[in-house]
Amino acid sequence: MSLNPEVIRKDFPIFETQAHGKRLVYLDSAATSQKPRQVVDRIVHFYETENANVHRGVYELGEKATAAYEEARRACARFIGAKSTRSIVFTRGTTEAINLVRFSWGRANVGEGDEILLTEMEHHSNLIPWQLLAQEKGATLRHLPIDDEGKLRVDLLGDYITDKTKLVGMNLMSNVLGTINPVRQVADAAHSAGAVILVDAAQAAPHLSFDVNELDADFLGYSAHKMCGPTGAGVLYGRENLLDEMPPFHGGGEMIREVWADRATWNEIPYKFEAGTPNIAQAVGMGAAVKYLEALGMEEVRKHEMELTGYAIERIASTGATIYGPKDVSERGGVVSFNLDEVHPHDMATIVDQEGVCIRAGHHCAQPLMRRLDVPATARASFYIYNTQEDVDVLIDALEKSKGWFA
Amino acid sequence: MVRVSLEELYKEVILDHYRAPRNKGRVDPHDVALERNNPLCGDEIELFLKFDGGNVEGIGFEGKGCSISQASASMMTEKVKGMDAKEAAALAETIKAMMAGQTEGDPDELEDLVSLKGVVKYPVRIKCALLGWNTLLEALEDGART
Repeated sequence: MSLNPEVIRKDFPIFETQAHGKRLVYLDSAATSQKPRQVVDRIVHFYETENANVHRGVYELGEKATAAYEEARRACARFIGAKSTRSIVFTRGTTEAINLVRFSWGRANVGEGDEILLTEMEHHSNLIPWQLLAQEKGATLRHLPIDDEGKLRVDLLGDYITDKTKLVGMNLMSNVLGTINPVRQVADAAHSAGAVILVDAAQAAPHLSFDVNELDADFLGYSAHKMCGPTGAGVLYGRENLLDEMPPFHGGGEMIREVWADRATWNEIPYKFEAGTPNIAQAVGMGAAVKYLEALGMEEVRKHEMELTGYAIERIASTGATIYGPKDVSERGGVVSFNLDEVHPHDMATIVDQEGVCIRAGHHCAQPLMRRLDVPATARASFYIYNTQEDVDVLIDALEKSKGWFA
Repeated sequence: MVRVSLEELYKEVILDHYRAPRNKGRVDPHDVALERNNPLCGDEIELFLKFDGGNVEGIGFEGKGCSISQASASMMTEKVKGMDAKEAAALAETIKAMMAGQTEGDPDELEDLVSLKGVVKYPVRIKCALLGWNTLLEALEDGART
């Protein structure tokens, strides 16, 4: 059965609210998604009936909390096709997942003269950690270029992946261009050169069905809050053999096996990387978000978004706007960045807000990409399971109104 | 929540300065050139100042950005041109206080600049309105040192 956004909207209490007295048209899910009642209720249920610290209490309540937390880990593993929960580390989100790899794997494996390959379309969260590591270690950052349609120049991989490349970091789906990237092709090239590949799946996980084994990813991060889950929860997937060999990230409780006054030994993975009391309720909420999406079916989610994105691109283009990224919806997700000549994105966002429409305006945490596109900023509308063609129509009317102000 | 109308933000005088910015362009020769941006939204201003004794003899700007940032900079250059540098700095502080809701501002003194008051009701846009003024304050300090 195909996905019906009008029915799905009823799961999301936020759509009972209004914006400036009008129907809330939320087109900023690439920043953070709205939350269904099922996820909110699950978090409330945890706090009301299962709350205790995890992996500590011998009492029944502690076992309940641990069971809920570990059940969430199983769901998060299943969602990305990971074979073992040992490879699933709970983090605060994708940014922390990437920084974990930087501090732990990166410091141990990247040295002077080594290269880290990124792409021209990385979010700052998959750029700054590597800039910092490169500065610390005397390594070199390189950036695989994009073409004018916003697609990766994979034809240049042979020049950009060398015997000095230690790590390749790339997103599976761009938060600005919507481009769905050929991760497997890059992974194969990276592995042939003896490098590892880290995949930023923050944008992809909410919208695409994928499998870490098919991608052949060594590391992959994704966040709960962009996929119907709460803020403060995310996952780092890592190959078990890599995680086993890596030194700890944060030190503290939970991540140790045995402690002396001057030294310690480490817990097994994934707990070695989960120092301190984790964001338990958020992780449980992330598990509930996974189950919510699984019940809808990720193939259906993708189908709905392809249809809606196709409609949106056609209608936004009809206003005379420049649209960035691939035009073919089979090559992109539901993130549409655009500019109108007459209206600066910032003014546009303020004006369409008066019509109840939430869009993003700015550099989308991708300043180098903005320079590559030669624009100071763009407007961005992004779509999810609860968006309808009516939402797009309201956006288009609001865009026309914004043009009126500067005519 | 109080409904705020767009007319309060996009006053005709602001739209006019956005469409036809005054003192747009470099001032050469200049004593100070200073480029600043709002990192979150990408608004950019490059401000040029030429002093004659303690007076701002010449002022011009280059920039890209939203209507509020560019119109505010344009109105600023029109007002500040020929002003004593210390008075210009005091004016910038007045505008900042007005944006912080700390003063109503004297319409006789501020003239067109009063139109910026509508921005106060749009808190996320205040930094747009202040980009030029913050750049001016820094540029005046640079000028006082040289």
